[in-house]
Amino acid sequence: MKECVAMLLAGGQGSRLYALTQNIAKPAVPYGGKYRIIDFPLSNCTNSGIDTVGVLTQYQPLELNEYIGNGRPWDLDRLDGGVHVLPPYQKSSGSDWYLGTANAICQNIRFIDRYDPQYVLILSGDHIYKMDYRRMLDVHKASHADCTISVMKVPMEEASRFGIMNADENDIIYEFEEKPKNPKSDLASMGIYIFSWDVLREYLLKDDADPDSEHDFGKNVIPAILNDGKRLKAYRFEGYWKDVGTIASLWDANMDLLNPSRPFDVWAKENRIYSRPQSLPPHFIAEGAKVENSLITEGSQVFGEVESSVLFGGAYVEEGAEVSFSLLLPGARVKKGAKVRYSIIAENSVVGEGASVGASPEEFSQIDDWGIAVVGPGLKVGRNADIKANAMIYDDVQEGEVKC
Amino acid sequence: MLTYDTLGIIFANMHERSVMEMTQDRSMASLPFGGRYRLVDFALSSFVHAGISQVGIVTKNNYQSLVDHIGTGRDWDLARRRGISILSPYSYTSSEGNMAFHGRIEAIYACRDFLQHSLSEYVVLADSDHVCSPDITDIVNFHIESGADVTMVVRDPDPDPENVANSVAVRCDESGRINDIMFNRYDSSYFQSMNIMVVGRLKLLELVEEASAHAKTLFERDILLERLGELKVMAYRYKGYVRRITGLKSYYKISLELTDPRISSELFGSQTIYTKVHDSPPVRYSIGCDVKNSFVADGCTIQGTIENCVLFRDVVIEKGAVVRNSVIMQNTHVCAGAELDGVVTDKDVTITEGKKLSGDADYPLYIKKRSVV
Repeated sequence: MKECVAMLLAGGQGSRLYALTQNIAKPAVPYGGKYRIIDFPLSNCTNSGIDTVGVLTQYQPLELNEYIGNGRPWDLDRLDGGVHVLPPYQKSSGSDWYLGTANAICQNIRFIDRYDPQYVLILSGDHIYKMDYRRMLDVHKASHADCTISVMKVPMEEASRFGIMNADENDIIYEFEEKPKNPKSDLASMGIYIFSWDVLREYLLKDDADPDSEHDFGKNVIPAILNDGKRLKAYRFEGYWKDVGTIASLWDANMDLLNPSRPFDVWAKENRIYSRPQSLPPHFIAEGAKVENSLITEGSQVFGEVESSVLFGGAYVEEGAEVSFSLLLPGARVKKGAKVRYSIIAENSVVGEGASVGASPEEFSQIDDWGIAVVGPGLKVGRNADIKANAMIYDDVQEGEVKC
Repeated sequence: MLTYDTLGIIFANMHERSVMEMTQDRSMASLPFGGRYRLVDFALSSFVHAGISQVGIVTKNNYQSLVDHIGTGRDWDLARRRGISILSPYSYTSSEGNMAFHGRIEAIYACRDFLQHSLSEYVVLADSDHVCSPDITDIVNFHIESGADVTMVVRDPDPDPENVANSVAVRCDESGRINDIMFNRYDSSYFQSMNIMVVGRLKLLELVEEASAHAKTLFERDILLERLGELKVMAYRYKGYVRRITGLKSYYKISLELTDPRISSELFGSQTIYTKVHDSPPVRYSIGCDVKNSFVADGCTIQGTIENCVLFRDVVIEKGAVVRNSVIMQNTHVCAGAELDGVVTDKDVTITEGKKLSGDADYPLYIKKRSVV
């Protein structure tokens, strides 16, 4: 028996990350030099003493499955429990893809029942944060809640982009509004839920039987629990939390690591974030190189200039190349004289000599015209090609070609 | 990948007297090197790449740091059914009492149980004083094809007197068969031993039991040299990157050489070197830092100036600190305004504000583990 089992929703396509999630699921997207998004919920679990995690996969699971493996980097290779990848499967009564977040959990009721837990923690694979789930579970138990939802204060003007919880003075939720036009509160759901398993189990089965349901936690299951007068508690989280579902927010979240006031601390020795090791040698900064305000990881080599950027394992910046406000994902290479600004260069892509990728927002009179340029994984950008701001590159770019 | 089961043996303590400063509370095998490695990682990784799945590490003393580094062996993929065994001196206790062995013959004799229980056909023996990443498969295949009793891995001779001390040199005929062995002497017509050998497991047991019965101690002198006529001892010429750590000076020189990308790619480019995983975050370079020609491991925070340095994990260089031509080991903290040149700091050292320390390439300044300067 386990007190609490975590279920991690990792099946999302991450369609708003476009070229970055062509071949990989969103939770496998690299972040912060040596991590992938899924390292954060997995490390949080292990740092919170939760040793049983089901990872629900569906979209492009190959790389994610390989990355999770037996869970050893997160100490989740356990005799009893550990991490389990749970894809949709065929049943005697037929088979279905996961139809929604609640349906994904519903199809794995038998997995959860095997551990006979009192509580189930629902997590998603697209947030960057450090959290001790035990504190949230304490609140859940102390308030005798049926469901506890982790919330954080957001600026009122942004509240309409979130699921907003309206709660009384004891943080008991009486109303839930998904992306309200006129928000009544600034408490946004972080997509982290703890349910008492008997309650969740009952509502999952009810929801499954409802042909009109979209089988989604936010849209269906939580409103149904709320309407029946069950006890929903808001757990207030204070700290860094970022949804990295879009190119802009993924880039922002990486740039947050460079902020000297350091809103997010991956350097703290306690509650480390773990990742699957790449076993690369230390990185090298050459004689003529210039590096400032950047994060650089093992296996990288810098001969050119790097400013305010994040270099992932094995990234390579040749002599005379300039990289600023950009992410070079693992194995990306920027050749001689190329300029990469405000861009994401995905895994193993090569920016050819003299090419230019991205542009500074200062060059735009209308800020809405500007955006991060993205070169998808495994691509070649030819010599002297010009990739404008906001471009999304899915295919090789020829020598001298201009892409918008 | 090897086609016969092969056992790896690493001698952890051999040669440690040559770097006495740094081996006061660690073995030669656990000497930190290259930013994130310990010397044992090179032999272990070479073994693993050849498909060797059983390794014994022979220790004598000072092996706590080695035990801590190796753990279950899982970071080298050696947490297996047979996997990795640290052969501590207590495992050699016999009816004659606890034996502190001297020399390789006694060391092997002491762990003969381990050799007897192995099912391997061949044994690869390696010391921890050479930094190299050889293809063990090729070496063992050479041993099998040449029909050798013993194969010694050798390199071109290096006249550096430091390197000649405590060295074994061999002369061979055109076929590669060794016909003379010399000790502590340079001769341009002799190759130098890299202290890596291949021998059949049963042959090794037979040779060592025989020699031990005659109270012999030195493997190369008392077994190989003495029996060159009857034993077929072959030399395998290794041509890749190889350096031998013979003292603090050579440790310093070999370390700083890694800031030449041609040299570091020679060492790290052919096969992955595995080491203990620390989960250190990426290196954070601040606004206003100045970094030139340096080899830097994860977890460091760089606010000051570094030039021609090797930095191990979790080093902090504060604003205004200047570190040049130095090897800075794990968890060293260099405070604001401090200046270091030609220094080797061991682990957990703190250099307080404004201190100026310098050494020379011929005589680097070594700062002991956990010192506060």
